[in-house]
Amino acid sequence: MHPVLSALKHHKTTVVLVVLEIALTCAMVTNALFLIGDRLAAMHVPTGVADNELVWARTTGLDLGQGTALGADEAADMAALRAIPGVESVAEANSLPLSRNYLSVAAWRQPGDKHSLVDNVVEYAGTPGVMDTLGIRLSKGRDFLAQEYVPYRPNLIGSGPRTPPPTVAIVTRTLAESLWPGKDPLGKTFWLDSDGKEPVQVIGVADHLLNPSINKYQGADRNMFLPVTKVTGGVYVLRVRPDRRAAVKRAIPGVLQKVDPARMVQAEIYTDTIADYYHGDRAMVWLLLVVTGCLLALTALGVVGLSSFWVQQRTRQIGIRRAIGATRRDILRYFQLENLLIVSLGIVLGSAGAVGMNLWLMRHYELTHMPLAWLVSGAVALWLLGQLAVLGPALRAAAVPPVVATRSV
Amino acid sequence: MFAYYLDLALRSLKRNKVLTALMVLAIAVGIGASMTTLTVMHLLSGDPLPGRSGQIFYPQVDPYPTPDPRHQPWDMMDYRSATDLWSAHRADRQALVTGSALRLTAPGVNLPPLMVQMLATTSDFFPMFRVPFRYGNAWTAQDDASRARVVVISDALNRKLFGGANSVGRTLRLKDTDVRIVGVLAPWRPSPQFYDVAGGRFAGGDTSAFYSKPEDVFAPFASALEINDGGFQPFTCWQPPEEGVKLQNAPCVWVALWVQLDSAAKVADYRRFLAGYAQQQKALGRFAQADNTRMPGLMAWLDFNHVVPSDVRLQSWLALAFLLICLFNMVGLLLAKFLRRAGEIGVRRALGASHRAIFAQCLVEAGLIGLLGGVGGWLLTLVGLWLVRSQPVEYADLVHLDLSMFALTFVLAVAASLLAGLLPALRAARVAPALQLKAG
Repeated sequence: MHPVLSALKHHKTTVVLVVLEIALTCAMVTNALFLIGDRLAAMHVPTGVADNELVWARTTGLDLGQGTALGADEAADMAALRAIPGVESVAEANSLPLSRNYLSVAAWRQPGDKHSLVDNVVEYAGTPGVMDTLGIRLSKGRDFLAQEYVPYRPNLIGSGPRTPPPTVAIVTRTLAESLWPGKDPLGKTFWLDSDGKEPVQVIGVADHLLNPSINKYQGADRNMFLPVTKVTGGVYVLRVRPDRRAAVKRAIPGVLQKVDPARMVQAEIYTDTIADYYHGDRAMVWLLLVVTGCLLALTALGVVGLSSFWVQQRTRQIGIRRAIGATRRDILRYFQLENLLIVSLGIVLGSAGAVGMNLWLMRHYELTHMPLAWLVSGAVALWLLGQLAVLGPALRAAAVPPVVATRSV
Repeated sequence: MFAYYLDLALRSLKRNKVLTALMVLAIAVGIGASMTTLTVMHLLSGDPLPGRSGQIFYPQVDPYPTPDPRHQPWDMMDYRSATDLWSAHRADRQALVTGSALRLTAPGVNLPPLMVQMLATTSDFFPMFRVPFRYGNAWTAQDDASRARVVVISDALNRKLFGGANSVGRTLRLKDTDVRIVGVLAPWRPSPQFYDVAGGRFAGGDTSAFYSKPEDVFAPFASALEINDGGFQPFTCWQPPEEGVKLQNAPCVWVALWVQLDSAAKVADYRRFLAGYAQQQKALGRFAQADNTRMPGLMAWLDFNHVVPSDVRLQSWLALAFLLICLFNMVGLLLAKFLRRAGEIGVRRALGASHRAIFAQCLVEAGLIGLLGGVGGWLLTLVGLWLVRSQPVEYADLVHLDLSMFALTFVLAVAASLLAGLLPALRAARVAPALQLKAG
């Protein structure tokens, strides 16, 4: 048997301890890195709107838009907002991507046929110019025409007569795929409303438009955009020169209160809305990074501690080996090889643990399968760490002079 | 003997300061991380009504009019079911609960109008949930019946509007209605805000909103419905309401009922009553599922809604695994430390120290490291909790280290290091006296 192996057999307990520690670290670090990657990827999905040029405002004072003289006030509001220097265009929308406030409906493939409905579709609605203001890019089809905007007020209770929805819509590629898999959605019709009796024709397709809230029911970007003349309880969206955003945000409350003083105004730069949405994810990423760092440092320290102990314990044996002809390099190699063996054993166990942990996380936290690449990168990181940690003690071992063999310690 | 071991341990720790510092630091980091997350877990998963939660129940019926064996009751009730059950007064106490937002102005106070959350509820709410009052009282059952224009306000709102003075008897304007303040609450911060919990299953683990502060205004149920007519939002509707229909008559669920039942017999009685009500409603053609009634207790209802945010759970697991690795690390380091002193131990053994004495001595040393680590862990826990408090999450203001968690910090630290010291101490105790003396 190789001398490294037979030497290890004399230190079973310590070897088992280090192997277990490395295995646990390996399992934790790979999963933590995977979680970090998962959250970072989620945070960098494009919203589909012009993030850096939007400011939005909500006014709550007209009793949450519950029916008092909406039209006149809104026109006056929008005119006042357009007059703010730096504002390029203004529209109203019922919600914005990642603003958390969403409305979800069912879309029907066949009129009135309950088996054909696609549930949990997010419904966006906006007033004339909303597509350009938001900066939504269509990959197919066209924007809404002026006459296509209709006075539709979705899902309001006790608010007067219900009107049919618009006859045209812009859908995302994801919605198109769930309605008509593999087919060209342009010009196709789906049906809306409680009985699925109101036809809506697809006139445009957007590749990207995130939902107001990303969850397992509505998905990330399965939504449609409807053209309406008024949005009740929605927000004013302002397309603004990027350098003017802060100034516009500050100006909005005064401007709107001049139109009607008896209300509260909330204004926000859209990038802040996005940052706010991902706040929990960001905190989690930092936490995982710190934990991963601490873990790796801790494991490295453990390896340093144990290797130094072994070097000290074996000083005489090292001396003897040197005396009978082993070079410094041989001694160095010996400890490096020993470390490689131990770490590899830990990594084998740890990879199994990592897969198990990943499966457990998948069951409880809506995660996906961990790609093999993560395991490999975790293993490489630990190999490097182990070699780095053992270098100091191994060099000290290599420096042991052969004469030690002749001394009694 | 213990004092002697302590002295030996101190000497040993001083001999290799770097290794000692590393071990203390490792324990401190592990304890700090675990205690931070465990404290948050402890605060979020606790009983919001200690001593009372066992008597609080959440009745549910299923008003879905279409037969569907797989259908589950919604998380709230329709207006008619809720008010029918409430007016039967079959429980020791019962309260209807539903929330909405509306505009509030305070005449004579120089502040712009505020948007506030108003809880529409009934008079039993306050005694049932042991809500503390600073000034005045809750409204009465007569006020509920006569739709009195009275409100109870929160301590926070009272401070904001009236600087914390006794404002009982003053008038507020809610939307377009003048109401009289009859009571001001003392600071009240249940964790979670249990009576509003619903829909947790659909939150995808993002449930921190369940830990927001209680509403600022509490008004009698019937009065609130009139004051903020049209301002209430449904939890969900099983079909879109007809034109111009009020929410009270709409096919929507939006009202919750809480009941207090003081004995097991009363609980069984109430379950029968609930089943009977569903049967009767089925006979009337309003319900399709008569046997679809539920009545979880308060804690079961919170569990069902997964109130503790999934990120907080994940962090707790992470921290515990982290502590475990810290322990493995410590076992290795202690082993190295003790066996390095094999010579010294051999001498002690040769001079007559028993296995047991060496074992005890090693454990005292491990325990001392744990205690030092506990102090570090406590400081790191304070830093960790400060970090959590600075996050914009609803439960941030709840986070603090209470006495039990403070004590647990040290117990955990010492217990963990004793556990880690067990194996190294056993190994050290096995050192044979003769061999070591010869080698030396």
